[in-house]
Amino acid sequence: MTNAAISATADPSLDAGEPAGEAHSLTSDAWRLLRRRPIFWVSAGLILLFLLMAIAPGLFTNTSPTAAVLKESRATPSTENWFGRDVQGYDIYARTIYGARASIMVGVLATLFTTLLGALLGIVAGFAGGWVDTLISRITDVFFAIPLLLGGILFMSTFQSDVNTSYFVIVMKVVLVLALLGWPSITRLMRSSVLQVKPNDYVQAARALGASPWRIIRQHILPNAMAPVIVVSTINLGVYIAVEATLSYLGIGLTPPAISWGVAISAAQSGLRSAPHMLLFPAMFLSLAVLAFIMLGDAVRDAFDPKTR
Amino acid sequence: MADAILTATDLVKHYPIKGGVLRRTVGHVKAVDGVSFQLMRGETLGIVGESGCGKSTLGRLLMRLEEPTSGTLDFDGIDMYSKKGSEMRKLRRDIQIVFQDPYTSLNPRMTVGDIIGEPFDIHPDVVPKAGRRKAVQDLLDMVGLNPEHINRYPHQFSGGQRQRIGIARGIALNPKVLICDEPVSALDVSVQAQVVNLMEKLQDELGLSYVFIAHDLSVVRHISDRVGVMYLGRMAELGNEDEVYQHPTHPYTQALLSAVPVPDPTLRGKREQIVLTGDVPSPANPPSGCRFHTRCWKAQEKCKVDTPELIERPDGVGAHFSACHFAEPRLVIETVDVSDVEPDERFSSTEVVDPGALLERDGAATTAADDVVSDGTQQGEPVGEPDASREDVFREEVRGDAPDRRDI
Repeated sequence: MTNAAISATADPSLDAGEPAGEAHSLTSDAWRLLRRRPIFWVSAGLILLFLLMAIAPGLFTNTSPTAAVLKESRATPSTENWFGRDVQGYDIYARTIYGARASIMVGVLATLFTTLLGALLGIVAGFAGGWVDTLISRITDVFFAIPLLLGGILFMSTFQSDVNTSYFVIVMKVVLVLALLGWPSITRLMRSSVLQVKPNDYVQAARALGASPWRIIRQHILPNAMAPVIVVSTINLGVYIAVEATLSYLGIGLTPPAISWGVAISAAQSGLRSAPHMLLFPAMFLSLAVLAFIMLGDAVRDAFDPKTR
Repeated sequence: MADAILTATDLVKHYPIKGGVLRRTVGHVKAVDGVSFQLMRGETLGIVGESGCGKSTLGRLLMRLEEPTSGTLDFDGIDMYSKKGSEMRKLRRDIQIVFQDPYTSLNPRMTVGDIIGEPFDIHPDVVPKAGRRKAVQDLLDMVGLNPEHINRYPHQFSGGQRQRIGIARGIALNPKVLICDEPVSALDVSVQAQVVNLMEKLQDELGLSYVFIAHDLSVVRHISDRVGVMYLGRMAELGNEDEVYQHPTHPYTQALLSAVPVPDPTLRGKREQIVLTGDVPSPANPPSGCRFHTRCWKAQEKCKVDTPELIERPDGVGAHFSACHFAEPRLVIETVDVSDVEPDERFSSTEVVDPGALLERDGAATTAADDVVSDGTQQGEPVGEPDASREDVFREEVRGDAPDRRDI
């Protein structure tokens, strides 16, 4: 085929396939890749289910999670109570459904705060450079040195809750400690990501055009540096849920009468051998939720990674 | 000759080298060390030199993407380095840049329309908001791209097409000077010719002045009116195209030119090649006196002490700027200027083929991979074996030989 013929037929065929106006951005490419992955649909479905549980537990059960039937304490699963009853005679199925709210709330809010704080500091450090970068990076190092769990235990035992502390305040306390100790990893990631994007010629071209720093960050740096942060945040969400359960299990996170998976697991410890179902169900839900978020993060990372294309 | 639009005087850019625990400055990389030149209105000044000689740093200094260590830059009567804030922003309208790598110079998350329209967003008074889409489409048309592709993303284009987008962004604000930082080095040889021709066309239409930075001597000769040769942060030789290429007086220029491959097997082994010994010295610790004396076969004691100035020195025919104590002309290579030669129509067109007309003739199914080829849209009768001869033809064009003389 001749050169002219090749070039001539190439254009119309492209135009016929996609009318002018349609285009593939990197995001839409990632979405098309994501759509074909079953692991994405499974994790997204699970997450939606858990979110629904957190928002409207009444959709899943009519039983009150605080209705104790003491004489049926430690009842094994039956047609009446699918998951059985715990020491107090509460319906485990209802407790597990209602427990989702605390975990999801802690996970989502902690992720939101760490991402906002971490990304903001990371952008400032990476873009400004110089002594601003040094200052932020050293502060990040200081906070990074504190182990998440140890710091959490310290914080929660210093600012202890009592019976009168409201549910919301306790949740916010856990969120606060996670946000306080979780932002450094996001800051580091964002900073390195910004440093990678900044020397690109398109950023230089914008500078040459006279664009303001704010415009350069908003238009050029942020959209190109955000992908790894989104991925890590999604994975972190699962980790935060697990940490909340750990703190509750240790008795310093959420405490009864608050309902959460961690609290349920902690309570199930006493009758582990005689009534293992008390541990099984909340633990299973916890694992599923953590797994779902980590799997989602994995799938999103694969989709955004240009090397896989 | 026309008046100067850009006058650089003693431009210096030193990058500090930090060392030790306290990050003290222990030395300087002398990337650009005292470069002076003038760019005339409507002319093309080629800057050549090997990697690391400070060409690109010079380009960034001219754009004020880097602040100079010292020196002044006069742009059309305005001292560019004294301007700040909104004044500088206003000045940027008149001096724009085209980058080397078309794969990193376009934001992958913006559509072509947004990329080319960004200059109008930053300088909103140039084109009213309602007319911007039209202005962008006109620009696309001007650089030989389909205006309907305004909503596509950069990764849907080939390298040559991307470079055209970069050029369209550069000329959007109708600048007076365009700095071209190796605009064709990253491109396929077949596409280089198209982009160079496009740039010449735009120069004629818009009256642009170019500073054309490159390391490809043939490309620079093809496009430039005057040529400056750089070595280790300094200008070694500066003159118009004929002066530098036909009677170079600086030994470095002579060595560079003797290294240009000549696509003519009958000349094999018959021409003299000057092979330089040693490596380029480090710009952190450049040689004293003449920078080139460590590798120069003419070097004498004087060269190690006295820095030769860039002044007019006789070149056999007239005189042009050269920075060598022992400047003397030397015919290095037989090169032919092709500026007046009728261009080869098959390879010089920058027009976009009207797809409809050819679809009727040949409606064969094609794949998206052909898009790359469509960048080189050429009208008229194609010759057989385009893949095999493309590269040769460009070289021939630069050298000015007719294709039929190729057969030996």
